[in-house]
Amino acid sequence: MRLSELANPSRFNTLTERVLPWLVVATVLAFALGLYQALFVAPDDYQQGATVKIMFIHVPAAWLGMMGWALMSVSALGTLVWRHPLADVAMKTAAPIGAAFTLICLVTGALWGRPTWGTYWVWDARLTSVLILFLMYLGAIALWRTVEDPSRAARAAAVLTLVGAVNLPIIKFSVDWWNTLHQPASVLRLGGSTIYPTILMPLLIMAVAFTLLFVTLHLSAMRNELLRRRVRTLRMMRAAAANP
Amino acid sequence: MTPLVDLGPHVSFIVAAYAIAVAIVAGLIAWIVADHRAQLRILEDLERAGVTRRSAAREEI
Repeated sequence: MRLSELANPSRFNTLTERVLPWLVVATVLAFALGLYQALFVAPDDYQQGATVKIMFIHVPAAWLGMMGWALMSVSALGTLVWRHPLADVAMKTAAPIGAAFTLICLVTGALWGRPTWGTYWVWDARLTSVLILFLMYLGAIALWRTVEDPSRAARAAAVLTLVGAVNLPIIKFSVDWWNTLHQPASVLRLGGSTIYPTILMPLLIMAVAFTLLFVTLHLSAMRNELLRRRVRTLRMMRAAAANP
Repeated sequence: MTPLVDLGPHVSFIVAAYAIAVAIVAGLIAWIVADHRAQLRILEDLERAGVTRRSAAREEI
């Protein structure tokens, strides 16, 4: 099946109905394995002790928070350049999910920071840029809710999303460009990971589990949005029939 | 009795982090499931009231 064929909402719905149950099973299995590895197999860190277990949810949530906005940016291009029928649906529905993952990242980071840094929060470049990402998500959600016509809302949200995408490299490289309390990259870096394999493996499994969860929730939310648009069309038809 | 996992002196921070993450994900799942049911219910109500898409009408013919 070509990617362009998925542009048809009914074909997308059919495929989603078929794929979603398998995705749910894969997500549950990945979380079961990841949590078992994270909580019962991975050793404590020699400096941080057991608080390193917070990393297994904090880091994947941070990655998915950024991935959500990256996905919205690709969808924004789909809306503005190709006017892809599902692009604005994908963009709109990724926002609350990305916001939730970013919120998990911020909260778990604060709870990890208190015992390791001695503070819940500092205004360093990494923490502040992730907070800005969260606020941008809220702004995108508010924009979608403000403009009633979905196609007009999509164009405005697409512009906001593409402008906001500038924040993604700032988040990624903030720990290199500025002197931050947050540690530098230790997994996705040139020269390979600096994390010991017994801790890295559970982290990667949890990252896969979080990604599967994101995809499952996103496809479900896209299906809901398509239903909402059908409802809107039917209501407009009813209103038009009542006022010929 | 020894605990299943020894989370050390910062157990409250670790438990709180996992609990909040679970709560946020559970809220997200509940919202999406509730939204799906709500949209299906509205669609059913509209179709029961005789409002259908033109394409659906053509399919019936």
